[in-house]
Amino acid sequence: MKLQRTFTLCFAGILGFLLSPLSYAYNDMPGGPAVRQLNFAAPVTKIMEDIHWLHWFMMIICTVIFVVVFGAMLYSILKHRKSLGHKAASFHESTTVEIIWTVIPLLIVIGMALPATKTVVAMKDTTNADITIKAIGYQWKWGYEYIKGEGEGINFLSTLSTPREQINNLEEKSNTYLMEVDNEVVVPVNKKIRVITTADDVIHAWTVQGFGVKQDAIPGFVRDAWFKAEKIGTYRGQCSELCGKEHAFMPIVVKVVSDADYSTWVSAKKKELAALAEDPSKTYTLEELKDRGAKVYAANCSVCHQPNGKGGGAFPALDGDKVVNGPKEGQYQVLLKGKNAMPSWARLSDTELAAVMTFTRNSWSNHTGEVIQPSDFVAARASIK
Amino acid sequence: MTTVTTIPDTAHGHGDHDHAHAMPHGWRRWLFATNHKDIGTMYLVFALTNLFAGGTMALLIRLELFQPGLQFLRPEFFNQLTTMHGLIMVFGAIMPAFVGFANLMIPLQIGASDMAFARMNNFSFWIMPVAGMLLFGSFLAPGGATAAGWTLYAPLSVQMGPGMDMTIFAIHLMGASSIMGSINIIVTILNMRAPGLSLMKMPMFCWTWLITAYLLIAVMPVLAGAITMLLTDRHFGTSFFSAAGGGDPVMYQHIFWFFGHPEVYIMILPAFGIVSEVIPTFARKKLFGYSSMVYATSSIAILSFIVWAHHMFATGMPVTGQLFFMYATMLIAVPTGVKVFNWIATMWKGSLTFETPMLWAIGFIFVFTLGGFTGLICAMAPIDIGIQDTYYVVAHFHYVLVAGSLFAMFSGFYYWAPKWTGYMVNETRGKVHFWSSMIFFNLTFFPMHFLGLAGMPRRYADYPVQFADFNAVASIGALGFGLSQLYFLLAVVLPTYRGGKKAEAQAWEGAEGLEWTIPSPAPFHTFETPPVIK
Repeated sequence: MKLQRTFTLCFAGILGFLLSPLSYAYNDMPGGPAVRQLNFAAPVTKIMEDIHWLHWFMMIICTVIFVVVFGAMLYSILKHRKSLGHKAASFHESTTVEIIWTVIPLLIVIGMALPATKTVVAMKDTTNADITIKAIGYQWKWGYEYIKGEGEGINFLSTLSTPREQINNLEEKSNTYLMEVDNEVVVPVNKKIRVITTADDVIHAWTVQGFGVKQDAIPGFVRDAWFKAEKIGTYRGQCSELCGKEHAFMPIVVKVVSDADYSTWVSAKKKELAALAEDPSKTYTLEELKDRGAKVYAANCSVCHQPNGKGGGAFPALDGDKVVNGPKEGQYQVLLKGKNAMPSWARLSDTELAAVMTFTRNSWSNHTGEVIQPSDFVAARASIK
Repeated sequence: MTTVTTIPDTAHGHGDHDHAHAMPHGWRRWLFATNHKDIGTMYLVFALTNLFAGGTMALLIRLELFQPGLQFLRPEFFNQLTTMHGLIMVFGAIMPAFVGFANLMIPLQIGASDMAFARMNNFSFWIMPVAGMLLFGSFLAPGGATAAGWTLYAPLSVQMGPGMDMTIFAIHLMGASSIMGSINIIVTILNMRAPGLSLMKMPMFCWTWLITAYLLIAVMPVLAGAITMLLTDRHFGTSFFSAAGGGDPVMYQHIFWFFGHPEVYIMILPAFGIVSEVIPTFARKKLFGYSSMVYATSSIAILSFIVWAHHMFATGMPVTGQLFFMYATMLIAVPTGVKVFNWIATMWKGSLTFETPMLWAIGFIFVFTLGGFTGLICAMAPIDIGIQDTYYVVAHFHYVLVAGSLFAMFSGFYYWAPKWTGYMVNETRGKVHFWSSMIFFNLTFFPMHFLGLAGMPRRYADYPVQFADFNAVASIGALGFGLSQLYFLLAVVLPTYRGGKKAEAQAWEGAEGLEWTIPSPAPFHTFETPPVIK
């Protein structure tokens, strides 16, 4: 008895403490999940409409079967009780009944499989796409390359843009928390978009719930999926295959726009990329490199090595580190080839790499005074194979 | 039973020892145990310990997921927890517990004096604590325990630190233990049944374990293959799963799931067996459709070999593959349904009472069937594209594994504990345990269906704010569920071993079977002379 009382009191106290966060009010995410959403995302493509339909179809059949079967069981529980004086019957087999309740479920299951088959076949037909986009999974961001159709040649990285302060509970979270990126994928409405998926390191998965698309991104292999968005808007998804520590922090955002808006975006993006395309023969001052390097560091390195360069756990401190303060070749090697858990950062541009290396060598308590230029990395890439 | 038998007791190797001295005492009794009851008890204690360890990890996971944002755990540690929670529950809790039940009950149910290979039985058990220490010890390795998910997909698992190697070694050990245990069970059942006890007269629990043992022998070596390839990719320069070297990461998934799918049936068939014992007893009516149940169980086992790629619908299989695996998976619903109908037909027009074991068995049917429905929904490939790797899948497998396997084990515990301990379990406390587990279980896992449909992925340390409410409810439910199991240990299990109302040989009015013909508690040696069955 005393034990039970103690348990009850402890439990009530804990419950009171735990119920406090339910008072926070959040709003639905535009293009993403609604608060307390009960069903799939609203369909944006015919395929997703089919999936919705299939799901309701299954739910209704399963509910009917549930009601019938558990109705029978409940009846039995209520009526066939010893306490009501019910005496046990002695039957214990019936081939007829066994055949009936094997054949009927078999027919039901076949009935379920037929509409599903149609949708499976439709989902696999990636032919005759208007635009083809390659989605590359990285630890931990997506890269997109528009490889065929209007917009061909555009490529960019798409990284989570939620500030770390929100993740670490130092700031209020926004309504697009964890499902917002710096560069969104833009596609025209009512056009068939083929998404080719691959990855650079481990398996990731590209998905947008509203489209009814999910496809693993497998390193060294190419897979594909397709969608034809029928509504203008912004739609979101999250990486759907465990890919390491930041698995929860590499979302997908697709903006569906009109044909005219798409063409506008294409030319604007191409201009923007041309401007950003850095001439690796340019030289920069220490200050310019440190400024740029600070941004590159914040977007890519601080997640493991921390903003203060002190690292933690498996991730070494860069502040006072012997590679960072030692011969440049050592740091070229680590940045271009990776080391242990640290992946290779060769996909960053020469300018970005030069900037971040200059930044680390001249920040915190590191005062090498060294300036690394983009051309240094051009040379490093050539010599480090 | 203390009469000295004149038939030499060669099965135990006791030779001509006087039985008054035959039972060893102290630590030797346990370390050198060859008695199936002792070994079975050790397995159950081991499993319960792992249940609490894995459960603590689950509570830490749910603590972090209670609110959006990262409050308590770094994401890399969070994924160590999700991985180890899965491995410990599957390999440390569920599987050893069922082996414990097998050891305790199979010889009693078939009238055998012990398992066929008593010393190998000892070895099978004692491998497990060693493996358990390796698994737990991996948290202390540089970089911590492996964080690749219990499924250990390459290439992520190839990236992991030395904790991964410790896990691989632990799984090898546990696999060896399972294989040896299965050989023991098959030989015992096929060779040591009492005269007159034909296979089609044997209790359903023995049938389900016979079939499970064949499944184990077939698939544990496949898992061993998969993790060995992982080991060589990690350390010996092979590239089984690395495209750069000519390999294929998806091959890992095929090999793993060829093990993995029969594995989940390995974890549920003995549960079906337990429920098939409990329901007839409390309905006071024979199991309906015994032969049907045998055929249904066998069909489930055979079908379980051809459905593995339903875990891989998003990997990019050709259309024919998607369709084949969808159809084959949906087919398994048919024999499973047959079993549910047979249980209900056993209850139908019976003379029902609702002691604790029966509550658990009925609860099992209800909640397991819900899990079965969500499994059928996952089997539909187009729907699966939407819910693969989301909390819908997490909800599905917890319904079938917790509300399925674990609840059936509780049913078996309450049912057979009088035979093991000699005391009836306190009914009121059993009912408290049942109802609180049922309520908190559903509170924890039902909202996860909504989270999955809405798109919340699994193995996420943090999530968009719109998922906050259902996550909070799930975390509260998890706490309640965990406390219910603590209540089980402290208020039910420990007191039951210490005392209570004395149990009869036939502890339950409607119970039939050889185990109910011997005294409660079962003497150390039983059925030294096999009974003759007419």
